[in-house]
Amino acid sequence: MLVVRDLVVNYGAIRALHGISLRVDQGRIVTLVGSNGAGKSTTLRAISGIVRAASGSIVYDGKPIGRMPPHEIVRLGIVQAPEGRGIFANMTVEENLLLGATVRDDAAGVREDWDRALALFPRLAERLSQNAGTLSGGEQQMLAIGRALIAKPRLLLLDEPSLGLAPQVCQTIFRIIREINERGTTILLVEQNANAALRIADYAYVLEVGDIALEGDAKKLAADDNVRKAYLGVH
Amino acid sequence: MEKFLQTLIDALAVGSLYALIALGYTMVYGILKFINFAHSDVFVLGAWTSFLVAVAAGWGDPQASAGAGREWVAWVLWAATIAAAVIAAFEYAAWKRRHPTDAFSLNRTRLAGSLVLVAAWGWAALGLAKMAGVVKAWGDNGLFSGLLILLCAMATCGLVGFVLERLAYKPLRKAPRLNVLITAIGVSLLLQNLGQLQAMFGTRPQRMPTLLPTDAPLATIANVKIMPVDVIGAATAVALMFLLDFLVHRTKFGRSMRAVSFNPTTASLMGIPVDRVISVTFVIGASLAAAAGFLYGQKYPGLNQTAAAVWVLLGLKAFVAAVVGGIGNIRGAMLGGVLIGLLEFFGAAYVSAAMRDVYVFSLLIVVLLVRPSGILGRPMVEKV
Repeated sequence: MLVVRDLVVNYGAIRALHGISLRVDQGRIVTLVGSNGAGKSTTLRAISGIVRAASGSIVYDGKPIGRMPPHEIVRLGIVQAPEGRGIFANMTVEENLLLGATVRDDAAGVREDWDRALALFPRLAERLSQNAGTLSGGEQQMLAIGRALIAKPRLLLLDEPSLGLAPQVCQTIFRIIREINERGTTILLVEQNANAALRIADYAYVLEVGDIALEGDAKKLAADDNVRKAYLGVH
Repeated sequence: MEKFLQTLIDALAVGSLYALIALGYTMVYGILKFINFAHSDVFVLGAWTSFLVAVAAGWGDPQASAGAGREWVAWVLWAATIAAAVIAAFEYAAWKRRHPTDAFSLNRTRLAGSLVLVAAWGWAALGLAKMAGVVKAWGDNGLFSGLLILLCAMATCGLVGFVLERLAYKPLRKAPRLNVLITAIGVSLLLQNLGQLQAMFGTRPQRMPTLLPTDAPLATIANVKIMPVDVIGAATAVALMFLLDFLVHRTKFGRSMRAVSFNPTTASLMGIPVDRVISVTFVIGASLAAAAGFLYGQKYPGLNQTAAAVWVLLGLKAFVAAVVGGIGNIRGAMLGGVLIGLLEFFGAAYVSAAMRDVYVFSLLIVVLLVRPSGILGRPMVEKV
């Protein structure tokens, strides 16, 4: 579905990605784990078209998307819930969700996905008219994911959905991510919480300062003691 | 009582115009976070465009405005054509930078689209101007002509706003804000001096034809004549502001606009075409300024040359209105405009007319000291 090849991204003179390659197959959950500054978010930003690759290619359904502007990439069905949740704190929860439907012109379909998203996150339904900035961290993450779902993604990019959340809320979020995947949405998940991510993912890439250090079946990586010690910060 | 009422009417009439201009400052600041110093010159352009169209349509004394009735048709069309050509060159250069090795093909449709848009826009403005002439020939009492001239000025300045953003500001999207600010000052000087060319408006002051009767007040209250120009002017300004408020707070486009102003990057992840939203914002701001220009000319018909200090001062006051109301806040700009109008006129009437500018700028100082984010502005909170 998505094939990234030899992706190089620079921020000014700093090289953030040194030519990474990865693929996401339809129907899977693929996770990208690694520590701070490894280039996880940069990879997602490049896929969404927010940063431009210096070289390399990003191909989605056989179509190169590396030079498309972000809003057209969303139209192709690649939707990102960005790092830090990207909530519009100057608007209500309802308006935030409506922004998810920006690219859609099938009102009936939007209605359907809207109901489905609110069924997934009943907490949001209670707070529709509330200012989004007043939500708790967990609720904001739910809003970010719910909003992305209303855009009807085929490939959902999630950037650190567990960041700054209480363990219990984290669990809920990861359970819901799995549910979304079971309903047919392919997911590329970026996480620092490697253990939780590996538990729900099918395939994993371990990123280290701009390079892919390791890749493989998520369950196997999670089980390998050496891997856990060397890369996942588990002792 | 008489004096009070007269002052109030003037204050509200002019204050609503300040508000219209302030909206353009505030919208652009809200989205791009820079002060578009060329905005007040678009207002002046609106006043002069209205003058040319009105004279071409047959209003006013042709003798008094001799030399001013130049071929307006040609002017608009040439401007639109040149703009289209320059935009084409820019688009091509930008495309070539992004795709250094490819043959030019992908963006051809989009490029053709913008050219057609710009040209059609110019022709529409021209059509409105011609219609104003036809309507005048039919013996219109001024209301309908006024509406057409207003729309024509708004369309022309909207086009100018579109082109300015495209040529001057868009290439600087990733540049430091100071560069954009300096560019805005440059654009302002360019417009001021281009306007003085004989082929444009010339250096001589002109008299704007007044379309509404000046000898027949709508009503007389306590010896104060309530003139049509004040009522209709303020009503038009208020109507435009309601329209804008509705657009921003109740429509999908408005939602996109607010999203872009909050965070352009995240907005683009929602599928919002950020550049297009910015373009439309400039068009709306410029056309509101043009409307203010037309209405101002109706109330004060003496038109100075485009670089005159009076114009600069008017633009500055509207800018102060935007800051006082809370820059970036649309309702704040409306409130600020009316407030500045009241302060200026009541100060001039009851304290000292010589100090009328002092009140306005003193208010600015007070607001900046006491509530730097403006009356309706929210204080900036740095999130960690």
